[in-house]
Amino acid sequence: METRHKIFSPARVNAIASNALLELARLKVFYFLLLFALLIIGSSAFMLEFPFHEQFQVLKDLGLGAMSIFTWLLSVLATAMILPKDIEERTLYTILAKPVPRFEYLLGKLLGVLWLLLISTLLMSAMFAAALYTKEHLVLSSTLREMQGASPDALQAALRDVREHAFTMSLLPCVVAIYIKAAIFAALTLMVSTFASSSIFTIIVSFVIYFIGHVQHIAREEWLGSPHTSALKRSFLAVVALVFPDLQLFNLVDDIVAGNAIHMSLFLQTVGLGCAYTFVYAFVAYVIFAYKEL
Amino acid sequence: MKKVHIVALLIVLGFGALRAPFEQRLTEEHYKAFFHGAKLNLDLRQQIGQMAFLAALSGFRSVVADLLFIQAHAAWEHVEWGRVALLLNQVTALAPRNVLYWDSAGWHMAWNASVAARYDKNEPRETLRIKREREYIKLGEDFILRGIQNNPDRYNLYERLGMIYRDKLKDHCKAADAFERGSRTEKAPEYEKRMAAYELAQCPDREREAYEKLRALYEMGEQERLPSVIKWLSILQEKLNIPLEQRLTLPDKP
Repeated sequence: METRHKIFSPARVNAIASNALLELARLKVFYFLLLFALLIIGSSAFMLEFPFHEQFQVLKDLGLGAMSIFTWLLSVLATAMILPKDIEERTLYTILAKPVPRFEYLLGKLLGVLWLLLISTLLMSAMFAAALYTKEHLVLSSTLREMQGASPDALQAALRDVREHAFTMSLLPCVVAIYIKAAIFAALTLMVSTFASSSIFTIIVSFVIYFIGHVQHIAREEWLGSPHTSALKRSFLAVVALVFPDLQLFNLVDDIVAGNAIHMSLFLQTVGLGCAYTFVYAFVAYVIFAYKEL
Repeated sequence: MKKVHIVALLIVLGFGALRAPFEQRLTEEHYKAFFHGAKLNLDLRQQIGQMAFLAALSGFRSVVADLLFIQAHAAWEHVEWGRVALLLNQVTALAPRNVLYWDSAGWHMAWNASVAARYDKNEPRETLRIKREREYIKLGEDFILRGIQNNPDRYNLYERLGMIYRDKLKDHCKAADAFERGSRTEKAPEYEKRMAAYELAQCPDREREAYEKLRALYEMGEQERLPSVIKWLSILQEKLNIPLEQRLTLPDKP
C-alpha cells in the first residue's frame, strides 16, 4: 500500500537523532565522565582539613564548574564534527537522496546532540549529588560524635547548619542553566558548521564566541547606557551586542552556590531566552544549509 | 559573500535588535537580585594573572576563587599574613556574594593576624606590636564592611562586624548598631536582637534605649527570659533608677 510522503515527520527526525546519538556514543564520548568522577572524588578527599562549610563550598564550585566545562566542550566538539563527518563518509548524500528534507536532517542531528548533552548532564548531576550526599552523611556523623552531651537544641542547630550547606534544591537551577548554555552552544556550533570549511574552523570560532559572549554585556551596557560615546565606538559596540550572545546571563552557578536565591520568574525568563537563542541559531543554520551546495 | 549568508546575518542582527532591550532589562533584574556583582577590572587581572583572569571572565569565577582560597589557607598555615590578606582580597573580588570568604577574611585579619602581630617575638617594641595589631583589626573591619556593601541582605557579616567592635575594638555602641542591623535582615536568628541589646546596655547614654529593648524582649515570654537578659535588666533597673512600681520582678538568680 502506498503511503503519502509527509512534509514533516517526527519519526524521521527521531531516527536521525537516535542515529546521531548512537554515533557519538560509539566515539566513547562518555569516557569524560570518568574524569569528572575523579575530579569530584579528588576534591572531596583533598579538602578534608578544611571546615565543613568550606568543604561543601569547594565541592559545589568544582563540581558545577567541571559540569559547565564538560558540557560546553562536549556540545562544541560533538556538534562541530557532525556535518564534516557525514560529508566525508558520504552518509549525508545517502540520507538526503531519500525524501528527507534538509531541515529534518539538521533538526535530527541537533536533537541527537541535545540528547547526548542531557544524558551527560544527568549522569554528572547524579555523581555530583552522590558526592554531596556522602559528604553530608560523613559530616553529620562526625558532628553527632563531636557533640555528644550537647543540649538537643544546640545539636539540632548544628545538624541543620550542615544540611543547609550540603545538597539543596536551590542547586537545581544551576544544572538547568548549565544545560541551557550547552544547548545554545550546540545550536550555535551547528550554525557555524553550515558555512565553515572545516571542523577546526568551527571549533575555533565557537571558542572565540564563548569568550566574547561572556563580556558581551559590557558592550551592550555601554551601547545602550552611554549616549555620549562617539558614533564610531557606538557602532562597534552595537555590532558586538547584536551579533554575539550574552552568556553572562546564564552564569547563575557562582552566585547560587554562594547562597543567592533566584526568583522563579527571573529564572524562567532566562531559560526562555536560552530557548530563543537555540531556536534562532538552529533556524539560521537551516537557512544556510538549505542553500548549501553539496 | 553569498546572498544566503547576507540573509543569515540579517536574521542574527534582527534577533540581536529584538533581544538587546530584553537582555538589558534582564541584566538589571539580575543585578537587583545580587547576581554578577564581581568587578573584574585590570587591577584584579594584574593580581591573579592572565589565565586565572581569563577563566574568571569565562564564567569560572568561583573555581578560580576556590583555588585562591586554598592558596590563602596554605599561606595562613605558613603564617604569611601579608599574602593571606592579598589572596583573600582577590578571592572576595572574584566572589563578592560569598559571605564565607568575607567572613574568613575578616576573621583571619581581626583575630589571627592581629594576635600574631601582638605577640610577635621578632618585634621587641611593644608600641609597634600594638600598632600592627590595630592595623590588622582595622583590615578585618574593612573586609567585613566591604562584605556588607556587597551583601546587605545577609546577617552573618553584621554579626562578625559586631564581634569585631565588641571583642577587638571595645566599642559597644558600634557593636550594638551592627547587631541591630543584622537583626533586621530576613533570615536573622532571634539571638541577634538580644546581642544588640546587651551591647546597647554598655553604650554610654543609650542605657534607657537598651532597657526598653530588653524589657520588650523579656515581656515576649519565657523563651526570651534568658540569664543574660535578666542580668542586664537587673543592672539597668538599678543604674537608671527605675521606680520600684515600674520595675520588673526578676528572678533572684538568673
